[in-house]
Amino acid sequence: MTTTTTTNPMVSQPYLVREVAKETSDTFTLTLEPESGANGTSFQPGQFSMLWVFGVGELPISISGHPSERDRLVYTVRSVGQATHALVSQAAGGCVGVRGPYGTGWPAEKAKGRDVIVVAGGIGLAPLRPLIYEILSNREAYGRLTILYGARSPRDLLYRKELTAWARQRDTQVLVTVDYGGLAWRGHVGVVTTLFKYARLQPSRSTAMVCGPEIMMRFVARELEAHGLARPDIYLSMERNMKCGIGFCGHCQYGPHFICKDGPIFPYEQLRPLLEKHEL
Amino acid sequence: MENLERIIAEHPFFAGLDHRFMTLLVGCASNVRFEAGTYIFREGGEANEFYLIRAGKVALEMHAPQHKPIIVSTLGEGEILGWSWLLPPYHWKFHARAVGDTRAIALDGKCLRTKCEENHDLGYELVKRFAYIVDQRLEATRLQLLDVYSVR
Repeated sequence: MTTTTTTNPMVSQPYLVREVAKETSDTFTLTLEPESGANGTSFQPGQFSMLWVFGVGELPISISGHPSERDRLVYTVRSVGQATHALVSQAAGGCVGVRGPYGTGWPAEKAKGRDVIVVAGGIGLAPLRPLIYEILSNREAYGRLTILYGARSPRDLLYRKELTAWARQRDTQVLVTVDYGGLAWRGHVGVVTTLFKYARLQPSRSTAMVCGPEIMMRFVARELEAHGLARPDIYLSMERNMKCGIGFCGHCQYGPHFICKDGPIFPYEQLRPLLEKHEL
Repeated sequence: MENLERIIAEHPFFAGLDHRFMTLLVGCASNVRFEAGTYIFREGGEANEFYLIRAGKVALEMHAPQHKPIIVSTLGEGEILGWSWLLPPYHWKFHARAVGDTRAIALDGKCLRTKCEENHDLGYELVKRFAYIVDQRLEATRLQLLDVYSVR
């Protein structure tokens, strides 16, 4: 859970867009490679970068690729505003600035020897994907892997092929649900917390890592506790408006914490008193 | 009968139920099976039973004019389907369709209502267990209503 930066953390490095893959109607996965051709930056699952679309703006985006693929950085971006739209509209060969990686990562080392419960909502699966890759690449080091994933509707599900492939891995259970399903949908319908009753959990030997909208994470954390997980074994990834990425500007202040520097991954125990405060 | 009693006792909905109540329940229970695509009940129909799902999946559907029909929730193994049998006017409020081949124990609501009137301890026990399910589903529905994954 350390922070890695380039020499001057405020200076972007130029990266070339290698590929833009459409995931859903508004969500795209970009693969970037360093313009210099050098072996790219290493990162910890859960960390983010600041991506600069020249002439438009800079955005904090979680890294969603494989931690061992050091020649590239992969980001899954939902197009919801001017800057994200400009980012996902990049053509192959386009150039963007990259700063980072920044922030704390998922406690992958600490979770070794334990079962891991991954709970994701919507695009929250993107920052968790590197962790899933890490676990599946070091399968012997971890116990059972349970992935619970909720999305708005079947057409909003990310990484559908990978979800199917992960479900085929040994000691891995993947449960997917949607909030709204048409009659053709044959999977689960209901919020992500409704999946817990189908999960085969061993709470006392599990570490849970959760990413999604804040209210969803609150409900999930409560559900995990109700299933017997200890608070120190639950981790959440927080999101606020980040600008500098290194704790200078204060835009992402959350109580006594800066999300960019002290987070985005926090132990639930640390966040719990803040999560229930109004307008924080 | 003995087998049915064991199945009911092992279902999470009736976990820890006193044996004297179990005997009363078994008299109202039967094994049922629904092929994928079958409607188990339809909105407006008389609600005279509820189901302990043993295997398979059931979709609760809403059909509204000028809207595409939607599945509002799915229920699977270990869950219960239907509480309209407990509350007047005893009519279903949704459609329930078996998504896959589904096995369940059906409990006759008329039979149970009579037994609950005669034995208020059984009635209270059942109402407590249904209230817990209603609370869980209400919380899930409230979270669903927030539409947390939509773009603001």
